[in-house]
Amino acid sequence: MGSNSLHVLKGINFNVNEGEMVSIMGSSGSGKSTLLNILGMLDEADEGTYTLDGTLIKNLNEKVAAKYRNKFLGFIFQSFNLINYKTALDNVAMPLYYQGVKRNIRMEKAMHYLEKVGLAEWANHHPNELSGGQKQRVAIARSLASDPKVLLADEPTGALDTKTSYEVMELIQGINDEGKTILLVTHEDDIAHMTKRIVNLKDGLIIDDSVVKQVRAKEAKELQMLAKKAANV
Amino acid sequence: MFNLERWQEIFETIRKNKLRTFLTGLSVASGIFILVILLAIGQGMENGIGEQFKNDATNRISIWTGVTSESYKGLNPGRRIELDNYDYERTVAKNIDKLEYKSGLYSIWGGLATYKGESGSYRVEGVHGDYQFLENETLTTGRYINQNDLDHYEKVAVIGNRVFLDLFKGKNALGEYIEITGINFKVVGIYTDPGGEREETRIFIPLTTAQRVYNAGDKLRSVAYALHQSDNFEEALAASEAFTTQLEADLKQKHIVSPTDKSAININNSLENAKRFYDLIGMIRGFFWGVGICTIIAGVVGVSNIMLIIVKERTKEIGIRKAIGAQPLSIIGMILHESIFVTAIAGFVGLISSLLLLEVAGPFIQSEYLKNPSVDFGVAITTVIILIVAGALAGFFPARRAANIKPIVALRDE
Repeated sequence: MGSNSLHVLKGINFNVNEGEMVSIMGSSGSGKSTLLNILGMLDEADEGTYTLDGTLIKNLNEKVAAKYRNKFLGFIFQSFNLINYKTALDNVAMPLYYQGVKRNIRMEKAMHYLEKVGLAEWANHHPNELSGGQKQRVAIARSLASDPKVLLADEPTGALDTKTSYEVMELIQGINDEGKTILLVTHEDDIAHMTKRIVNLKDGLIIDDSVVKQVRAKEAKELQMLAKKAANV
Repeated sequence: MFNLERWQEIFETIRKNKLRTFLTGLSVASGIFILVILLAIGQGMENGIGEQFKNDATNRISIWTGVTSESYKGLNPGRRIELDNYDYERTVAKNIDKLEYKSGLYSIWGGLATYKGESGSYRVEGVHGDYQFLENETLTTGRYINQNDLDHYEKVAVIGNRVFLDLFKGKNALGEYIEITGINFKVVGIYTDPGGEREETRIFIPLTTAQRVYNAGDKLRSVAYALHQSDNFEEALAASEAFTTQLEADLKQKHIVSPTDKSAININNSLENAKRFYDLIGMIRGFFWGVGICTIIAGVVGVSNIMLIIVKERTKEIGIRKAIGAQPLSIIGMILHESIFVTAIAGFVGLISSLLLLEVAGPFIQSEYLKNPSVDFGVAITTVIILIVAGALAGFFPARRAANIKPIVALRDE
């Protein structure tokens, strides 16, 4: 980061309750990624406070930040960020490794989450043998492995085609249905409408924060398939 | 350390970068290899030179005389100084309790010896009976010069093994007469010398006989003494130096030689020579250690470089690990572990191959100054410790760098 300072976020004030599914939207440069990084304790705000599950997140050193990340947060990235030389199962088990969970328990848990995302059969495959959608599913399983309070997803469907995107969103919605809090950064309108609340950012300020009617990804997918069929006829 | 996961990771990265790891390992392995071989050569030199001093009694002190080089008390330089029986006897009488062996020497260079048509030119030395021990000679047959020979001017000779082979061609020599410079001597013994053939081309006859036969009067060419052995090298050296100093002063006073004259009276103290050699070996050893350590440093810098590249390459991975909760310490551990593992394995390969080479080739190296090069267990352990420290050092800086990677930066890295 250069010596030039740039004010990216200029006053953001919002609460997310447990069990919510919020999408943060905005054009590039609006500060949505910075906001997510602060929430993810990968970055720290110059001013203001951030409270997560009653814990004030402030003045973190690397060690404490790592501990909090491991305990509170699960990350889903646009580019999946799996470790290429590890199998899907090992990738999923990694957060547990850093929690100090014993190997056999770790593998059992990881397997459970892989089953949940429907990739049990692919457990011993390496990421380069998986499709984009499958990779993202592995990443989702990994983010769930440490049973975090919040899932942070940075453009989770950014690298996927529409059909796969909807499948991934279907999975994420399912996780939210089970009560997990999810924050999702996206610039795609259809994806944003699959969440329950949309926060719109522009130039570092919230310009709109509204609850929306959630579009179920499954229905969207079916609609899209119908449309495709119609087009083909 | 015994974490399966981490070992898997190390093998994984090594498998991915076989050539790179191999080359790095090679530099460490050759460093250790060179260090061990150098140290072994140092040891071999010590063995070889130690062997050299076995030629003569190790605490031998010899006195040679020459021509004065300085004017002193009104006398011109250029006077020839000669020792005589009185010099020898006086010193013996004064130091009888200190001396283990003592002998005067009167020698002829190139004395022609013949036996039944076979002849050769040898050094003929008139000596006392103790000279056998001063020269560290062993008799293969017969006896050496004894007091009776000296008292009665007996014409007897003890010949070297080479002389025996030249003149007698392996036939019986004892009791036979050989002609030395025209005079018949009876052969009473044959000796061998650990100094080798050159030392075995000599013929010893009684000193008194030599002085009479060659019209030397009571003159001596040289005198040799050996002090009583001492277990402590330093003590022996001090005693021998004190004796030498006192002897030199005494002789110079008697023969009216300037105390600073180096050429008139020359005292050679083999213990001092030995010390000089051992000091030299010590220095060579230090030098070898220095060279070896520098080679290892070069190897370690190589490992460190490679680890830096690995850290650079794995920046993103480290970022991911941090994002999902890896503590900085576990990242440091990961890099250090790998670096120590690579150095240790490579180092052991170097250590073992050098030990194998020494084991196989060592016994064949039997030159005069290099004998049976080898390293002892202590040295091997030291190199192992050096290796582990080196590995830790090589990994430390890259590891610290890895630990300082900010996950947010690392994740952006493509």
